Amino acid sequence: MSNLNVPIYLDYSATTPVDERVAKKMYECLTLQGNFGNPASRSHPFGWKAEEAAEEARKNVADLIGADPREIVWTSGATESDNLAIKGAAGFLAKKGKHIITVKTEHKAVLDTCRQLERDGFEVTYLDPEPNGLLDLDKLQAAMRDDTTLISVMHVNNEIGVIQDIAAIGKITRERKILLHVDAAQSPGKVPIDVNEMNVDLMSLCAHKVYGPKGVGALYVRRKPRVRLEAQIHGGGHERGMRSGTLATHQLVGMGEAFRLAGEEMGTENERRRMLRDRLWEGVKDMEEVYLNGDLEQRIPGNLNISFNFVEGESLIMSLKDLAVSSGSACTSASLEPSYVLRALGRNDELAHSSIRFTMGRYTTVEEVDFTVQQVRTAVEKLRDLSPLWDMHKEGIDLDSVEWAAH
Amino acid sequence: MAYSDKVLDHYENPRNVGTLDKDDPNVGTGMVGAPACGDVMRLQIQIDDDGVIKDAKFKTYGCGSAIASSSLVTEMVKGKTLDEVEQIKNKDIADELALPPVKIHCSVLAEDAIAAAIADIRAKRGENAA
Repeated sequence: MSNLNVPIYLDYSATTPVDERVAKKMYECLTLQGNFGNPASRSHPFGWKAEEAAEEARKNVADLIGADPREIVWTSGATESDNLAIKGAAGFLAKKGKHIITVKTEHKAVLDTCRQLERDGFEVTYLDPEPNGLLDLDKLQAAMRDDTTLISVMHVNNEIGVIQDIAAIGKITRERKILLHVDAAQSPGKVPIDVNEMNVDLMSLCAHKVYGPKGVGALYVRRKPRVRLEAQIHGGGHERGMRSGTLATHQLVGMGEAFRLAGEEMGTENERRRMLRDRLWEGVKDMEEVYLNGDLEQRIPGNLNISFNFVEGESLIMSLKDLAVSSGSACTSASLEPSYVLRALGRNDELAHSSIRFTMGRYTTVEEVDFTVQQVRTAVEKLRDLSPLWDMHKEGIDLDSVEWAAH
Repeated sequence: MAYSDKVLDHYENPRNVGTLDKDDPNVGTGMVGAPACGDVMRLQIQIDDDGVIKDAKFKTYGCGSAIASSSLVTEMVKGKTLDEVEQIKNKDIADELALPPVKIHCSVLAEDAIAAAIADIRAKRGENAA
């Protein structure tokens, strides 16, 4: 490991560094010498020039998802987009019906928004995914009612990287005239997106998972047939009244450039990420009691979510101090709740507590992956030597048959 | 989350990892916690003829603080009588390791493990006497 810089970043699904090419474009929109104007200023060239940059960025974002630039509404990130889409659409359609369908493995930005709507008198159905993380379309159809107005399903899951068949879902929702919202925070640059082929009505996007800056996102809002939303942030009537607030030129330009690059480089990047992902999986999968969480085929390259049975996730992360990874186990919270995503797949608590998410990206190298394999193997072996559960497993004791003193 | 140096030391170099013969009448085994909660601690103590703990071993499935708490306990109990060991409270462990509030349950679990191991050995000796 000649010149490895530790810790090695393997948490690209949490966030990505801003690409140098993106940062350069952003910097050009900040200072007196740069394009610092307010895009809403109509009376002088500073405003016109800023508006031009914002519109070019809007086009770059629209192009990556097959949308018209006029269908893109700037927001502060995917969380705000989810809130605007779900509360905005549900609110607008409340007279037509008050039933919403979503999935238990959605991001908290969707789940908590739905919870809030429940407090406001809406009814929400939370569907269980299949054990591989994917949604059974028959179950989705069975959950649809006459008063269902909105269905929210994420494109790529943030924890396990599985890709839902949005086109198949969109076909059903379009037939039933139910709006389809898709949280696509994790998919741009990794999975091709075409909102028309997929019949998506609303799509949440963000920049910082695609080598753009944090703090900026967008909501795609379909024009034909027209989707209408109740605004959640009121003010100067920016973004056709759907989201007021001065446009942050440098942020939008950053997101636009990041999306443009993501489209250009998706093919080669995916191939490289897949090679790295497969190399990591090949390096650890021969160990005993190692489980891949989520479908391997219907999955973005670059994501591996693995449970190392009989080893607790937080202590494993502690052992892997030269790796920046994340765990599905949240022992830091007083409740000791394991990942709700893995629980929803039907994984038992032990496996949910034992999971580690590795996500690789634009700057991950083969050397880093090889180092990771070696670190993981050593750490798992060390912790299993410490684990009474591993002993019991080796003695052939079925852990489910033991009466544990839960605390 | 930052760990204290003492937690890191016990985690990196755990003391007295291992297993004692659970069927030995002089060995008491305490296993507490549950996999579903994310930690299981097994503490074993062995006493000599004078009732003094001459050896202690542990194995723990859990976070770094749980591993450190059990490692520390094996050091604390050695050379003490069962009565003395019963006086060890979770606060002693938490203070020694400087555990943050969210990790106090790890020290509680260690105290429970001591109590369970003592109860096991007392039950065994009670049976022997009868």
